[in-house]
Amino acid sequence: MKIGVCVKVAPDTDTRIKISGDGAGIEESGIKWIVSPYDSFGIEEAVQTQEAQGGEVILFSAGPKDWQTQLRAGGLAVGAERAVIVDDPALAGTDPLGIARVLAAGIASEGCELVFTGKQAIDDDNVQVPAMVAELLGWPHVSFVTDFSTDGSTFTATRNVGGGTQEVVTGSLPVVITAERGLNTPRYAKLPAIMKAKRKKVDVKSLGDLDLSADDITPAVQLTNFSLPPERPAGRKLEGDVDTMVQELVRLLREEAKVI
Amino acid sequence: MQFPPWTEEHAQLRDTVKQYAINELAPHRFDWDKAGEYPAREVFKQLADLGCLGIRFDPEYGGLGLDWWSTVAFIEGLSHCRNAGLMMSILVDTDMATPIISEIGTDEQKREFLAPTITGEKIAALGVTEPGAGSDVANIRTTAKRDGDDYVINGQKTYITNGAIADYITLAVRTGGEGHGGISLVLFPTDTPGFSVGRKLDKLGTRSVDSCEIHFDNCRIPRRNLLGHENAGFLYIMQNFQGERLVAGIMAYTGMEIAVADAIKYGQERQAFGRPLASFQVWKHKFAEHLAAIEAAKALTFQAVQKIESGQDPTKLVSMVKLHCGDLAQRVTYDCLQIHGGYGFIEEYDIARQYRDVRLLTIGGGASEVMKEIIWKWHSLGG
Repeated sequence: MKIGVCVKVAPDTDTRIKISGDGAGIEESGIKWIVSPYDSFGIEEAVQTQEAQGGEVILFSAGPKDWQTQLRAGGLAVGAERAVIVDDPALAGTDPLGIARVLAAGIASEGCELVFTGKQAIDDDNVQVPAMVAELLGWPHVSFVTDFSTDGSTFTATRNVGGGTQEVVTGSLPVVITAERGLNTPRYAKLPAIMKAKRKKVDVKSLGDLDLSADDITPAVQLTNFSLPPERPAGRKLEGDVDTMVQELVRLLREEAKVI
Repeated sequence: MQFPPWTEEHAQLRDTVKQYAINELAPHRFDWDKAGEYPAREVFKQLADLGCLGIRFDPEYGGLGLDWWSTVAFIEGLSHCRNAGLMMSILVDTDMATPIISEIGTDEQKREFLAPTITGEKIAALGVTEPGAGSDVANIRTTAKRDGDDYVINGQKTYITNGAIADYITLAVRTGGEGHGGISLVLFPTDTPGFSVGRKLDKLGTRSVDSCEIHFDNCRIPRRNLLGHENAGFLYIMQNFQGERLVAGIMAYTGMEIAVADAIKYGQERQAFGRPLASFQVWKHKFAEHLAAIEAAKALTFQAVQKIESGQDPTKLVSMVKLHCGDLAQRVTYDCLQIHGGYGFIEEYDIARQYRDVRLLTIGGGASEVMKEIIWKWHSLGG
C-alpha cells in the first residue's frame, strides 16, 4: 500500500515572529524551519501503518525545494521512503485551494490509497488544505483523529468532537486522515537513519509535471497585510485571604471575562 | 571553506539528540542529582537505540564510522539534558574508556567489549586515578602480575566515574618496573572475583553519577585482556587523554552557552529598581564579554577538533582547550549565578547545580596546572 503524507515546513514553535517591512509577510531571516508538528504526527502514523501493513510512505510538499532539508530530517530519517516536492514560481502567491490542488495531483499521480496529514499547519492555521485535498481526490476525510487503525482495506478512526465526547468513524480506504495531538508520539530520528536519509530520493517537480498550470492555482484569496496581535495586558494580582480571593476570582471570571 | 565543516547531517544529529535530551533526560535533572544516581541501564539502552554510543567506531562492531564533528554535534545536543554528571557518565563510556579499544584492541577484544558497549548492553569505566596518583599517571601502583595465562591484579583506584555501574573497566596497571615504562592497559570485567566497589564518594558536583573507590584483591583476568603491548600503557593513556580532554572542552563550552542563555533570559525577566536587571550596563557588558569569550573558546576547541580530525598530534592545542575552557567556565558560571541573586543560591534554577558541576572542569581529566606544564613543554620544544 502506498501511503501519502502531506507535509508543510513552518517556523519552529518558539520563533519570535516579526512582520516584514512591507507588511505583506513575515521576516524570514534567522528563522529555524521545521516540519509542522501536526504533520509529524501524520508521518509517524503513516510509518506505523506501513510497518504493520507493508508498502511505502511518500511525503508530498508544495513549497521551495529547500524544504528537502526538513523533509529528510523530519520524514525520511524517521521511516518515510521518499519525498515529492512541487516547487514552482506560481506557488508563491497561491492560497489553500491552490496548495490542495497541487498536493491532490501529486497523490493521484503516485496512486496512494491512504493519506495522513496534520490537522493544521502551525504557521497560518488555516485548517483548510486536508479537507480540500480529500474533496479534490473524491475521498472521504476524517479530521482531528486521535486513534487510527486499518487492516489495509477498512479503517477505524477516533476523533474528539469537543466536550469530552469521542466519535468513532469506520469506513473503507481510501481516506484522508488529519492528525490531532495524542494520535501518537513521533519517534526520534536515529543517527544511522539520518545518514541513510541522505541517500533517499527527493523528486522536485514543477506544476507541468503534474499536468497543472499556473491558472489552476490562481488564488481566490490574497493575503495583503499582517499585524501582530495586541500585547497581552499585564496580569492582575488578587489580594486578601483565600476565601476573598476565590470569590473575587469567580466574580471576575463571570462578570468580566464572561467565561463561566 | 566552511568552518566548522558542518553538514546537514551534523545539524540533524545534534537536533535529534537535543530533542531526546530535552524530552527524556532534562526533566529528571533535579531528581537524579538529589538521588545521586540515575537509571543508567535504561538511559544507555535509549542512547544505543538512537545510535549514539559508537559514533566514531568501526561499523564492523556496530559503530557508525563518523567523524569527530559528529561527536561535537552529539555533545552539543546532549548538553541540553542540563546535567553534567549524567553527561560525564555517558561520555566516559563513549569517549574516554572505549576509543582506545577501538584504536588498538584486537578483534576479539572489540567483539567482547566494544560491540556490547555500542549496543548499550555493557557500560564502561576508565580506571587510571589512584589515591596516590592522579595527574601523575606514571606513579600508579595497582599491580598486574603474570601468572600462567592470567594477570593477577591487586590495588585500588579512586574517583572512578561509573565505578559502581560499569561492566568493565579500561584499567591502568603496573606490569613492569617503576615509572612510566612499567604501565599497561587491560580490560577488566567487574564480575571478576576479588573486585569490590568501596565508598561512593560524596562529591561537590556532578552528583547524578557515582564516583567510587574500587578495590582489586587477587583478581585474576586472562592475559588476552591486555590492550596493545605490555608496558606501553603510559603512551596509550596519554594518547587517550587527548580525546578525553577535548570532550571536556566541548562539554565546557556547551554548558556555558546554556548557562549564559538562561542567565540573560532571567535578567530580562527579573525587574530591579523598575527595569529589567539585564538592562543595566554592568550586566550588559559582563555578558557581552562572556559571549565573546565563549565564542573564542569554541573557535579554539574547533581548531583542536580539526587537528585531531586531520590526524596531526593535537596535544598542545587540546591542552589549551582544556585549560582555557575549564577556567573560563568558572568565571562565566560565577556571573550567571550572581545575576540570579538569591535564586542562584537555591536549588530552584539550574544555575546552582551548574555552578557546582563546572568546578570539576579544571580538575578532572588533568588539572589546569598540568595543562600548563604540557603547553609549556610543547612550546619550548617548538611544537
